[in-house]
Formats: sequence, C-alpha cells, structure tokens
Amino acid sequence: MEQYLQYLSFGNDGWGDELLYGLLLTLRLFIVTLPIGLVLGFLIALAKRSEKKWLSLAANVYTTVFRGVPELLTLFIIFYGGQMFLQFIAEFFVDDIRVDLSAFLAGVIALGFVFSAYASEVFLSAMNSVPDGQSEAARSMGMSWLRTMQKVIFPQIVRHALPGLSNLTLILQKDTALVSILALNELLRQTQVAVGNTKEPILFYSVACGLYVLLAFLTSIFFKQVESWANRGEGRA
Amino acid sequence: MDMELFIKYGPRILHGLWVTLELVGISLAIGAVLSLPIAMARLSKHKFLNAISYGYVYFFRGSPLIAQLYLVYYGAGQLRWELQDIGLWWFFRDAWYCTITVFALNTAAYQAEILRGGILGVPKGQLEAAQALGLKPLVTFFKITLPQAMVASLRPYGNEVILMIKGSAIASVVTIFDLMGETKLAFSRTFDLEVYFIAALLYLAVVEIIRFTWERMDNRLTRHLRPANE
Amino acid sequence: MKILKAIAIAGVALTALSATASADMKIRIGTEGAYPPFNFKDASGKLQGFDIDIAKALCAEMKAECTFVAQDWDGIIPALLAKKYDAIVASMSITDERKKKVDFTDKYYSTPAKFIVDKKSGITKVDPESLKGKIIGTQGSTIHSNYLEDLYKGSTIKLYKTQDEANADLASGRLDAVLADSAVLLEWLKKKEGACCKFTGPGFNDPKYFGVGAGIAVRKGDDKLREGFNKAIAAILANGTYKKINDKYFPFNVY
Repeated sequence: MEQYLQYLSFGNDGWGDELLYGLLLTLRLFIVTLPIGLVLGFLIALAKRSEKKWLSLAANVYTTVFRGVPELLTLFIIFYGGQMFLQFIAEFFVDDIRVDLSAFLAGVIALGFVFSAYASEVFLSAMNSVPDGQSEAARSMGMSWLRTMQKVIFPQIVRHALPGLSNLTLILQKDTALVSILALNELLRQTQVAVGNTKEPILFYSVACGLYVLLAFLTSIFFKQVESWANRGEGRA
Repeated sequence: MDMELFIKYGPRILHGLWVTLELVGISLAIGAVLSLPIAMARLSKHKFLNAISYGYVYFFRGSPLIAQLYLVYYGAGQLRWELQDIGLWWFFRDAWYCTITVFALNTAAYQAEILRGGILGVPKGQLEAAQALGLKPLVTFFKITLPQAMVASLRPYGNEVILMIKGSAIASVVTIFDLMGETKLAFSRTFDLEVYFIAALLYLAVVEIIRFTWERMDNRLTRHLRPANE
Repeated sequence: MKILKAIAIAGVALTALSATASADMKIRIGTEGAYPPFNFKDASGKLQGFDIDIAKALCAEMKAECTFVAQDWDGIIPALLAKKYDAIVASMSITDERKKKVDFTDKYYSTPAKFIVDKKSGITKVDPESLKGKIIGTQGSTIHSNYLEDLYKGSTIKLYKTQDEANADLASGRLDAVLADSAVLLEWLKKKEGACCKFTGPGFNDPKYFGVGAGIAVRKGDDKLREGFNKAIAAILANGTYKKINDKYFPFNVY
C-alpha cells in the first residue's frame, strides 16, 4: 500500500505530478477541440441544408468520411499527411521555412473533424425540428433575419441538440486518449511512461481509467445543468 | 502505389480486414449475450444489482477503450502467477482473447443501455394485457417485450456495430494484426502514406455497406410502426 | 470575399502559431525516448541516455543549438521526412532499406542483436528451424522485426510499439523469445523484472539486415548537416568525450 502511495506521490520519485500534467493536457486538448468541432459541425449542418447541390453533397461526403474512418487512422493521416502538406504549402511561399504541425494541433484537427461530422447530424435534425412557419411568422412580425435566428430559431435548435451533443462530448473526451499514439504527453501517454518505469500496469491503468470516468461524470453533470437551464421555458410535462 | 508493394502487402492487408471483421463479429455477439442480464439488472428494483450494473456501464462507457485494453492486457501480464494458479493464464496469455474480452465487455455496456431504452419504450399496457391473459412474466418478456425492444433499438444497434468496427483499430497496439496492424506494418517498411489511405477506404467501405444494409433492414422491420400512407 | 478573408486570417494564425524560420546551426533532433539505456525518459520526464549524451556532445562540438523532440518509433522516419526535425539520433541502424528514404552519417556505435528466452524454457538454439511454432516478439519497424519477418516464417511474430512492451510480455510468459539489440536487452536483464530471462545463441550482425551499426539519419541531400555530424563524431572519438559517455553507460566498448 505504502509502495503504491509512493508511486502516485508528487515529486521526483512519484508519478503523481506527471499524471496530473497529463490530465491537464487531456483537458486542454478537449477544451480547445470542443468549440472548434461545434462551430464546424453547425456550419456543415447549414451546408447540408443548402440549396446549392455541390455544397450539400460536399457536406455529406465530409460526414460519411469522418464517420466511417477509424479515429486512429484519421489521426495518423492528419499527423503525417498534414505535416507534409503544410510544409509543401509553406515552402511554396517562403524558402527554407519550417512548419511544425504538433501532435497537439494534429489531435485538435483530427478530433475536431470527427466531432463536427457527428455534430452536424445532431444539428441537422435539430434544425429540421423547428418548423419553417416559425421563421416566416417572426419575419412577418417585422423581426430581422438576425433577430429571428437569435431569439426564435437558435434557442430551439440548441435545446433539441443538447442531448445529442452531450453524448458526442463524452465520446470526444475519451477519444483524446488516442492522441497518445502520436506521443503527445496526455493522460494515457503519461500513464504508459509511468508503467514502463514502475512495471505496475494494474495500478496506473486503473488510476487512468478512474480519472477518465471522473471527467465523464463531471462533464455529464455540467450538461445536465445546461440542459435544465435551456429547458427552463418548457413547462413540466 | 508501385506494383511490388501491392503484391507484397495487398494480401496481408486483406487478411487484416478479415481479422478485423472476425474480431468485431465475435465481440459483438458475446457482448449481445452479456448485455441482456446487464440491462435486466439496470431495470431491476433490486438496489444492489442496480448499483453494480450502473457502475459497470458507467466504467465501460466513461473510460477510453484503449485504456481498458491496456489495463486488461498488461494487467493480466502482471497477474500471471495468480492467473496460472486458477488455471486462466492460457486465456489471458493470448492477445486475441484479451482483446475480445475487453471489446465484448465494452460493447456489452453500450448494448445494455440500448436494450434498456428499447424495453422502457414498450408500452406498459401490453404487459398488463399479457398478464391478464395469464402469460408468465418470463414468457411475456421473451415473446413480447424483447422482440419489440430489439426492433425499436435497431438504429442504435447499427451505430454500435459501426463504432466497434472503428474502435477495433486499436487492437493493433497489443500485437493483433488486424487491418490497422497490417497497415502499420506496411507503412513501417514503405513509409508510403498511400497505405493509410487504402486502409481508410477499406474501413469506409465496410462501414458504408453495414450502414446501407442496416437501413434496409430497419425500413423493413419497422414498416408496421409507420402510418400506412407514408 | 468574407470566406477569402477568413481563410487568410486562419492561415496567418496558423503560421504564427507554428512556423519558425530556421537559423544556422539550430538543429532539431528526433529521438524515441523509450529505449533504455540509449534513450529514455526519467521520472521527471526528461530525456536521458547514451544517444542523448552523444547528441549533446556532437552539438557542442558543432557549436549548434540543439533541441530534442520525442517521437514514437513507428513514425520516426516519416516525421523526419515531414521536417518535424532535422536529424534522428535514436539508435537507428544503417540499413540499405532505410537508405532508400534517408541518408546516414557514419556509425556512432554498433552492438549485435541477440535473442533472450526464459531461463526455464529449455530453448538453446535460436535458428529458424529450432524456433518453429514458437512465439517471438520484438519492436515493430525495426531491423529485428524485418529479420524475423523475413527469416522466421515458421514462428508467430508479435510486434510491439516499444521494446519494453515486448520484454514485459516475455517476462509474463506470453512470448517464447525476444530478438533485440544486445545492449538494450542487457540493460533489461540486469533489472528485477529481467531476472526471468537470459541470452541464448550468437550475436547477429548480418549487414543485409542489421546494417553496419547505428548512425544519425538526416533527410536525403542534407549533406552539410551530415558532414557536420561526421566531423563531430570523429572529433569526440578522438578527444575522449566518446569514451567518457561510453563508460557512463556500458562496461564495454560499444563503438
């Protein structure tokens, strides 16, 4: 028991501080990716509803690809392919420039793409659930397009989309663990390093799983709060 | 891609695809069997059963599959002597069995929740009617509740199949030569990004075929739930 | 117009985030960080090891400012080609297969490959015929994995992300044998968890598979950097720095 506490302690002999650092990086990755994925997902949902055929087609292909290819493979392709691509583009403009697509950024891009592909479907069905008549009614009352969106349409979309988005957010949180494959020192990676040094896989992987579960728990509480806030106008059925 | 590579790694990659399908198929089937008692426990009024099954589902859905796989695979390695004493080491020694165990336990948690949702969706009146007809609770469950619950959850089941196929790519981290594992091997000797694109296309094709088949099946099996003139 | 503007802003932001123009004699070095005693991370997360010390000595010799980047072995050459760093100092063997993709400096050390097996396994011979039906593990994307894959067709080959994971599976009895660099294996055999196992069979150094020792990999055509390293390697060999580093890690000469 004492030995275990020693392993998890903070300081030079223990791995507590390394795990905490990993946890913070996991959180950072998650918090940076989430808004990007949300905005991208919303835009793609709009594109799917677009009357321009090519735009809705492109949006649908995007969704199909990022929902069909394993996240792990997407990460590899963006990490290696994206680096080569960016380097190529940069060298086209400036000689001898070095562009570095970090594992963190590659993770944000790959996970953001995957998240947005799923989120666009959630947004799309939320958008479809708001009857067209409402915006016509709002416009006929003299509300501007922006105001109609802001006050009438958007709040309803958010309310309908929240349960689906909350699910996707939990998935995103777990998917951050895959970025460990790119040697980013997030929680799972730090755990592996600790296991490599201490030969205590059960202890450290249990702690890591526990921390992920804790994160999931906190996130779901957060979403419950947001959902009840968003539904405050709906009477109790 | 040059022909030499194609000839050398093409068959291996296709074999990897087969391994992926096998891995996912077996895990899903075992998970389906396990999900039934878990879903029942989740629905039960028994406090203890309820808490245990809730904890189980929360753990497997709340932590990453890859971390669970590391925990079981390397954890079993640490417990070798204990496992040998109880005669289970031959099982956990094998990466294939370890992976299937983790995948099955994981998908069981998801499938249990899907099933639970489906069961809750069956109208109460039917159960009362069955009771009035004198059907035993077990018969009612297997003949009336479960079939309807499964049809109603067809869509989420399809999503779970697809999530498993994608998730199975991590099996390669514990030495399984699935599609991802073979792809990584080919990449490590050629450094040709093309092999990753080929693997991506193969995964995509499998996922799309399943999505398509599933939609047809769903449409057929839920005909009676839609208004006649739709 | 709006879209163009957005793209332009995004482009500038991205460049500002991550682009650094290269100056003279700033070298970014890629290494694995999971290959003790050559390169590994200590409990404070710092890179340590023979490779790291050699690289630092070479940089000092070249009066270059060096930074280290940890990169998984799987992707260590692709990341060099993609210019994530300029050189690999990670115990990479100089082989013809790799020379198709990268250029190498002269060797900076060379140790043979060897098999280790469980002491109680009774395995005494390690030729392909003797290991038929056995499970052999090693790290993926290595000369050892290529060797096994090509010559040990009757055995089951298991490939791991790191050498340490392969060793752990030998200790737990999942593998019958492990093939790897003898200096790396020696380091592990000395540890508590390596007590299970021992070396068996001869050292392997068939140049077709095992090359002519470990060198520093640079991108093809990066001759200035390669020559700089070569001169520095010769210099530290001559002035005793190499010996000091050698003796810090090994009781024998690894050059």
